[in-house]
Amino acid sequence: MKRLFPILAVLTALMLGYAVYQALVVAPTERTMGDVQRIFYYHVPSAWTAFLLFFVNLVASVAYLVKRNPKVDALAMVSAEVGVVFCTVVLVTGPIWARPVWGIWWTWDVRLTSTLVLWLIYVSYLLLRRFSDSAQAPALAAALAIFGALDIPLVYFSIWFFRTQHPQPVIGGGGSIDPRMWRVLLINWMAFLCFALLMCWSRYRLETMRREVEEAQALESLLGDDRGPSAEIRNPKVALNRSGQ
Amino acid sequence: MHKQSFGGGDAMSLLSSTTRGTITRATLTKDIRLEWRSKDALNSMLFFSLLVVVIFSLSFDPLAEESRRIAGGLVWVAFLFAAVVALNQTWARELRNQVLDAYRVSPAPPNALFMAKALGNFFIVSLLEALMTPLFIIFYNLRALGPAWQLIPIGLLGTWALVVNGTFFAAISLRTRSRELMLPLLLFPISIPAVLGMVAGTTAILTGENSAHFWIVLLLTYDVVFTTACLALFEKVLEAE
Amino acid sequence: MTDAPPIITATNVIKQFGRFAALRGVSTEFGAGKFYAILGDNGAGKTTLLRIIAGLARPTGGCVSVLGMSPRDACREIGYMAHASLLYDEMSGMENLRYFARLYGIDDDKHGDQAIRMVALDPTLSRPVGQYSQGMRQRMSLARAILHDPKILLLDEPFSNVDAQSAREMVTLLTRMRDAGKTILLVTHQASLLEGAANKFVRMGAGQVVECTNSLSAAGTL
Repeated sequence: MKRLFPILAVLTALMLGYAVYQALVVAPTERTMGDVQRIFYYHVPSAWTAFLLFFVNLVASVAYLVKRNPKVDALAMVSAEVGVVFCTVVLVTGPIWARPVWGIWWTWDVRLTSTLVLWLIYVSYLLLRRFSDSAQAPALAAALAIFGALDIPLVYFSIWFFRTQHPQPVIGGGGSIDPRMWRVLLINWMAFLCFALLMCWSRYRLETMRREVEEAQALESLLGDDRGPSAEIRNPKVALNRSGQ
Repeated sequence: MHKQSFGGGDAMSLLSSTTRGTITRATLTKDIRLEWRSKDALNSMLFFSLLVVVIFSLSFDPLAEESRRIAGGLVWVAFLFAAVVALNQTWARELRNQVLDAYRVSPAPPNALFMAKALGNFFIVSLLEALMTPLFIIFYNLRALGPAWQLIPIGLLGTWALVVNGTFFAAISLRTRSRELMLPLLLFPISIPAVLGMVAGTTAILTGENSAHFWIVLLLTYDVVFTTACLALFEKVLEAE
Repeated sequence: MTDAPPIITATNVIKQFGRFAALRGVSTEFGAGKFYAILGDNGAGKTTLLRIIAGLARPTGGCVSVLGMSPRDACREIGYMAHASLLYDEMSGMENLRYFARLYGIDDDKHGDQAIRMVALDPTLSRPVGQYSQGMRQRMSLARAILHDPKILLLDEPFSNVDAQSAREMVTLLTRMRDAGKTILLVTHQASLLEGAANKFVRMGAGQVVECTNSLSAAGTL
């Protein structure tokens, strides 16, 4: 397994390089939007990767509550972290793309808003993990992840309906994509997936190592504090004196 | 691994749904009695709600037509703030003297405790809203142009939506550092569709431009989904140690 | 280790709180109908072990079985008392017990009445528990723990904040309960109070059981 890691790292670097070349040079220029449309090759694969990672997080969270396996919990944590990173990329590239094309930075569109809410939920997930004891965090975070997953369809429908009541500038919309664009999009997505996998993997290794260190420290703290049998055991008079107070 | 050979094994099965109801009722009665004896939390929450109404009304002083458009948002954001203060008190009483441990070592189902706390919070938050609403109506000169009776289901369903998840997340934030701060951080993102439902529904009724039916159905769905989720997962939160 | 049949068995129990470990592989047995004193310094893992047996905490590794069941399934046979009172300060003793009885599916006042009399308090006392003296509050707390007549009593530092006289009274109460057939596990650092009362003295140190002896003086000679 450890050998595989550098191979994956090199592969990812090559794929990302190839994907950049494809996106910036090979892909045809979009007729109405021009070159700015190329941000599409970063925006969309990031979104897909983020959604996939959040899905992994959900599955791992449910599995943790059933099996209580700490490794599954580490996976849940790692997928949420990397997912938030990709989701942030989506939320940053979105307005950069929207501004020159639609003339606005932001609109309360269904997809935009749902992604934003998803991001907010997962940031709160990471905050919860950060602010709770490591013994309790896994179960609490897993519960929150399930709540988040239940929330997303409701978010989607509520905003979809809100938009039908309050018409706003029509944006995006279906439209057919040039097959060459599709190809570049898929290449980019593959590269992003490799990149995400690489990040998850190294983060997972770091996290399991951190936990091992923590475990060792825990044992050390226990032994260090008491240095073997306590004073009471070595000298019963200590105990007697103390209780006499 | 553990054989259920001794008498205690049927402890869980003994507690049928009727005992569950009894325990919920007993806990609720106990909470109301304790609240009535101290009244501290309730008094300060009532005063806090009053302050929220006054500050909101001072900050936004619109014409009648505008106020109909923004009142839905203002009122529910104000309710949300008042509710968070109330929700943060939920478990305070159970932490004093570690009474929660006494509940946890008993065979009583965690669900029953959750239900009692959620109902208690629903009662208190509804009371706060009942106090704040007439003040908002007076300060903003509100008059609904749509079917005003529909505000009742929106109010009830919306309040339950805030309270059921609020009670759950208060139990989660209890187990974190910086307890009180954690509750809104967890509650607000999850509550976004519910808040949108309450605000949009209320605005629809006040302006009379749209039907609020969709929002009532949305709130109902939200309530059913999350009440089920809370009841299913509360045990995991209570036992997380 | 014990002559009486084991009622509680701990097998290689490990508990870790983040960077701190409380227990590292505790394996021990507690026999039925005995009075155990669990001794040791702060941080020795006494309280953690007791909370795991009570079903309040989940071990990181290993397992605990009470009457052949998981602690949670055996909860009807376990009475738990801590140094905090586990009572609502604003309610009277009887009101408190009436509520806790409900949690065990007990609907009448008889059990509560009996439990309060057993700890030598007056069930008709209408004062809220918050106004009791420390000693009275601890006894009321004991009444709450024995309310459902459990086979096993777990007590976590019941003598902290209590004067010597009240502590001695409590020990007398506990020996009487042991004689009536209950198994008692008492965590304390005031070992001398239990001289002559407890059957076994279990020493804990650094998250492990160090030794188990029949008398306190024997425990000293390591």
